[in-house]
Amino acid sequence: MVPLSWYLILSAALFTIGAVGVIVKRNVIAIFLCIELMLNGANLALVALSGFFGDIGGQLFVFIVMTVAAAEAAVGLAIIISIFRTRESLNVDDADTMKL
Amino acid sequence: MLALLQQTSDFQIISRETVQLIMPEVILTVFGCAALVLDVMLPRALKKVVAWVSLSGVGLSLVSLGILYPNLVNNQSARVGFFEMILVDDYAVVFKLMFLIGAAISIILSIKYLDEEGEQHGEYYSLILFSVVGMMFMASAVDLLSLFISLELMAISVYILVGYLKRDRKSNEAAMKYFLLGAFSSGVLLYGMSMVYGLTGSTNLAKIAAAIPNVLKIDVVKTMTERSVMDMRYLLLLSMVFMAAGMFFKIAAVPFHMWAPDAYEGAPTSITAFMSVGVKAASFAMFGRLFLYGLPDLRATIAGNAADSVPSLPGWAVLLGVISAITIVWGNLGALTQNNLKRLLAYSSISHAGYTLLGLIAGNQTGYIGVVLYLFIYTIMNLGIFGCIIALKRRGISGDNINDLNGLIKKAPWLTVMMTIFLLSLGGIPPTAGFIGKFYLFGGLIETGNPWLARLAILAVVMTVVSLYYYLRFVKHMYIEEETETTPLAPSRVLNWTLSVAAVVIVLIGVYPKWFIDISQRAARSQALKTYSYKAEEAEQPLELPGSMGAPSR
Repeated sequence: MVPLSWYLILSAALFTIGAVGVIVKRNVIAIFLCIELMLNGANLALVALSGFFGDIGGQLFVFIVMTVAAAEAAVGLAIIISIFRTRESLNVDDADTMKL
Repeated sequence: MLALLQQTSDFQIISRETVQLIMPEVILTVFGCAALVLDVMLPRALKKVVAWVSLSGVGLSLVSLGILYPNLVNNQSARVGFFEMILVDDYAVVFKLMFLIGAAISIILSIKYLDEEGEQHGEYYSLILFSVVGMMFMASAVDLLSLFISLELMAISVYILVGYLKRDRKSNEAAMKYFLLGAFSSGVLLYGMSMVYGLTGSTNLAKIAAAIPNVLKIDVVKTMTERSVMDMRYLLLLSMVFMAAGMFFKIAAVPFHMWAPDAYEGAPTSITAFMSVGVKAASFAMFGRLFLYGLPDLRATIAGNAADSVPSLPGWAVLLGVISAITIVWGNLGALTQNNLKRLLAYSSISHAGYTLLGLIAGNQTGYIGVVLYLFIYTIMNLGIFGCIIALKRRGISGDNINDLNGLIKKAPWLTVMMTIFLLSLGGIPPTAGFIGKFYLFGGLIETGNPWLARLAILAVVMTVVSLYYYLRFVKHMYIEEETETTPLAPSRVLNWTLSVAAVVIVLIGVYPKWFIDISQRAARSQALKTYSYKAEEAEQPLELPGSMGAPSR
């Protein structure tokens, strides 16, 4: 059986990759994917811990988070489309109308 | 799934009493859906009806809150519902009242603003209602799960509203920045929550609070060769920092404030107003729940163990203290050089978030009263000032630039007077409400007698004086500068009346604050009392740290 610590290490790795990706990526879609990766890192930790405790709460939480992530994706992609329409670019550095 | 739920002892049929608990939210949800349907059915000329329907929804929700509340006071058991995910206490009710008042004023501001923009659509109002539902659940949620989902309900609705002017480049950009950073912060918050779940074995805040002392236990194993310390406190500190970081994003505290000026400037002005009060107040409500209710033992320090020379770690009050000091300084300095009114108010709202944090740091009754009272006052005065900016908006003139205010006293004397009242209140000048709020926040810090907190209070007072510079700049432009353009204002009677009422209330609270202090006190007291009473209950039957050997927690 896979010990709990492996799951937690994997989830921490997923979260870190996501967080670093958000910082270094310049493409809006890539940043968005990295955010999803962060959420899934947290999800994995919740599911693993929930299985370990034999407690259903963590799994319920994951279902909710998945739903929220889907809703967020719907809204996020709509916003990304509207920004592409006005700018013809998905690079976040091009979104610089407002500065200090 | 249902079978599993039934096995747990928590299972309860969702009865009439529990549905009553969320009646105000149910009403708002129904009206939100109705607004969507009405929008499709009504012809273009009648779209404004949707706004009035939404407003009546908010009014009905207020009424149901008023009916529900006395029942709750009489019937203690009906306060917790939905598998202990919702707790309706004084704290929740006062915040809900605040959100509903904020939503009502925002809808009134929006009617005029959307008319000027020519973007009067029904989905706008339904999104406002849905986000208010999210805020109201945030105030009453006492489970990580319900906190997270209500936070997201609010946030996702507001992302759309920020990008509502879809052909406007600024609005798009603001929505993108707000969305990316908001989603990022939700991820950080969620990871913090998953760590807390891992450490305590529960998502319920009360159970988390009860399990924390077990996590704090330090097992020191001393053998002949080595001395190993089993220390979960670092993980606890990390999870606390993650959750705090997620919340700092939402309230726009300084290292995490980068989105705020852009999102506030780019969003439709009515939404800027709504965001700056509603989202901020709701995030503070959640902040209070998470930290005061869920992690009360970690306030000052995460206790160490002197006997085994294990040092104590700083608690969340220390973290909040540092952040609030930076926030107050940065917010005020950032506002000094701004010429765009919305951007200036964005920086000012950042500094106000810093002031409000002071009350949570003080951690005494005065401080908690300060938090609730200040958020209440801030809701009214900030909506007021944004309302004045919206009143300035007319064809071809955005009303955003500070030069648009030039010579306003000649054009609209009453509007100028109201604006002056709101500005003085934001600056915290005595005869207005802002002074009362700041008095409680700073007074709470001084009351603790801690020299560091006293220094923090002095810093805050000094920065308040700095803030007067940019608030009085408005006044200078309105009273002294010559008119630069002569386009007449396009007043709206409803807007004018609303602003007048808000201005009168601000002065009234400044002169006679007793009623507002009383309700804030009730909220503050319920928050503190609940935590302690629960702990006393738990002390009789110590909760076993679940999962030590993989045993089921219940």
